[in-house]
Amino acid sequence: MTVLLIHILNALLYSSALFLIAGGLSLIYGVMRILNLAHGNLYALGAFVAAWAVGLALEAGAPAGVLLLLLPAGAIAAAACGALIERTLLRPLYKRPEEYQLLMTFGLLMILEDLIRFIWGPNPLSATTIYAGFGSISIGEDRYPAYNLLIIAVGVFAAAFLWAFIYRTRFGVILRATSQDKRMASALGVNVNRVYIQAFTLGCFMAGLGGAIVVPSQSAVLGMGVDALVLAFIVVVIGGLGSLEGALAGALIVGVVREAGITLFPEIELAVLYLIAAFVLLARPAGLFGRA
Amino acid sequence: MSMDAVAASSKVGPTVRFGVWIVPTAVLLLAAPFVIDPFQTLTLTYGLIAAIGALGFNLLLGYTGLLSFGHSAFFGGGAYTVAFMVKYLKIASMELFLAGSALACALLSVLFGYVCVRYTRIFFGILTLALSQVLWSLAFKFFRVTGGTDGLRVPTPTLVGAAPTSDKMDFLAHRYYYYVLAVFAVCALLMWVIVHSPFGKALQAIRDNEIRAEFIGIRIRRYRLIAFVISGIFTGVAGALWAPLNGLASPDILVWTFSGEIVFMTVLGGFRTFVGPIVGAVAFTYLKTYAVGFTVYWQLLLGTVLVALVLVLPTGIVGAIEQLASRWKKAS
Repeated sequence: MTVLLIHILNALLYSSALFLIAGGLSLIYGVMRILNLAHGNLYALGAFVAAWAVGLALEAGAPAGVLLLLLPAGAIAAAACGALIERTLLRPLYKRPEEYQLLMTFGLLMILEDLIRFIWGPNPLSATTIYAGFGSISIGEDRYPAYNLLIIAVGVFAAAFLWAFIYRTRFGVILRATSQDKRMASALGVNVNRVYIQAFTLGCFMAGLGGAIVVPSQSAVLGMGVDALVLAFIVVVIGGLGSLEGALAGALIVGVVREAGITLFPEIELAVLYLIAAFVLLARPAGLFGRA
Repeated sequence: MSMDAVAASSKVGPTVRFGVWIVPTAVLLLAAPFVIDPFQTLTLTYGLIAAIGALGFNLLLGYTGLLSFGHSAFFGGGAYTVAFMVKYLKIASMELFLAGSALACALLSVLFGYVCVRYTRIFFGILTLALSQVLWSLAFKFFRVTGGTDGLRVPTPTLVGAAPTSDKMDFLAHRYYYYVLAVFAVCALLMWVIVHSPFGKALQAIRDNEIRAEFIGIRIRRYRLIAFVISGIFTGVAGALWAPLNGLASPDILVWTFSGEIVFMTVLGGFRTFVGPIVGAVAFTYLKTYAVGFTVYWQLLLGTVLVALVLVLPTGIVGAIEQLASRWKKAS
């Protein structure tokens, strides 16, 4: 029984991190119709900046409580990077066919991958002090790291916050209106350019937050962005591109399948995930929650 | 000036006739191994192989209007087919490799294509990506069959029955180069015939206006499927030629970022013209080879090139040459 509970917690842990990445990816696609291939690298950027900030604070002899407060620095860095990218590199492309936008974000993927290597070098950065500082709790006869529960809590909180933000605020209404009909929204006086940059920044903020929050439990390594991106792809394809409910459902499905796959069918775990994505696309091209 | 002359001078279309460049290019390519050093010849061989793959890819992007982000499946599929034929069937003949890879990729692309051509635009891209990643994860995880990340070794093959010479470098830079050049010439000619055939014109009609094409009786989905299969076979043949040259079939060429490189080289050359992918593939191969040798931050360099390309040169190298030529013509 406790083993099952731990499996469930692990699945939720995966799902939380995945929702942060895939939710941002889906938000950006929903509003701007851009599939951001560099999204995984913004997640990695968040992880590296957070680990770097924590490392600096440790050298300066900061108390353990302060370290946790430094993690959002990763999210802010990713958001700032996203705002810069939208303003300078994506905005000139909105009138072009979508192939170019895809290629642009692919170029950004390559650039960001190497910028991270350039700034922080090829070695992993870790912030395990925080992870160890949280200790562990006992579940039945087993111990479970308490920090993992924090990640789950952040994921749940982010989902609730986003839902309230999109469905209960004025900005959310404008965002949804732009997503449904850009030209009509523009005709009604919505500044579409501003909505775009806000949506892109918010999406990148979520990716950065995802990276920052998982870095204490697994260090920041090169290539983590590309790995995360393909999983986020599966999530949004299953849930439906552009749908937040879909990203949540997709993240839960992928989290559960991964956790089951790693114990039951490790060799084809990834293949099963891609096949699920392909089958969902075949049965419902817009995903479980998407609209065509 | 009569109206006709005005109309003729402002006619839209290719302003540079690439036909006249065929003979000089062919002479240069034939003489290359005697002029440039073996390392350069090998790079050129990689470039010609990439060109075959890019030609196949562009039948979808340039002529049918479908952006595939999963062509690594066919390139890698071709390469792994060769590796499996070596490992399990003890075959060493390049002709059999080519035939086997073409057949394997035809089957694979019928399977993938049947699923993918129901969709267009972004969904087509994602679906091809997801399916190619299935192959990648299988190659990555089934260590006993595929060698995992180590990949599978591919020795030098026999060409038209002749055993490879003992000096591997010399063999690759001469005999193998000419073999690749011959296959490239056949593929380019074949593709030229395909895109200028009624079938090719039908594909372009589908690209330009799907609904009109359907109204004049073109069976869109079937045509897209056939284009997908031809595209897959060409890219698979490229993968088969690549395997012995590289000496190793590894998951690197199955992963989705490799598909991104195929898209990159095609756009670099210009996907609106026939020769664009060829120019782009050779240029990309040289660019990447030198960038990798020059700095560990080669991705930064290539990424910057891609970003600049998208911003200022969306028609690619060939498109830019055409624009320059037409401006020069107007000025004179």
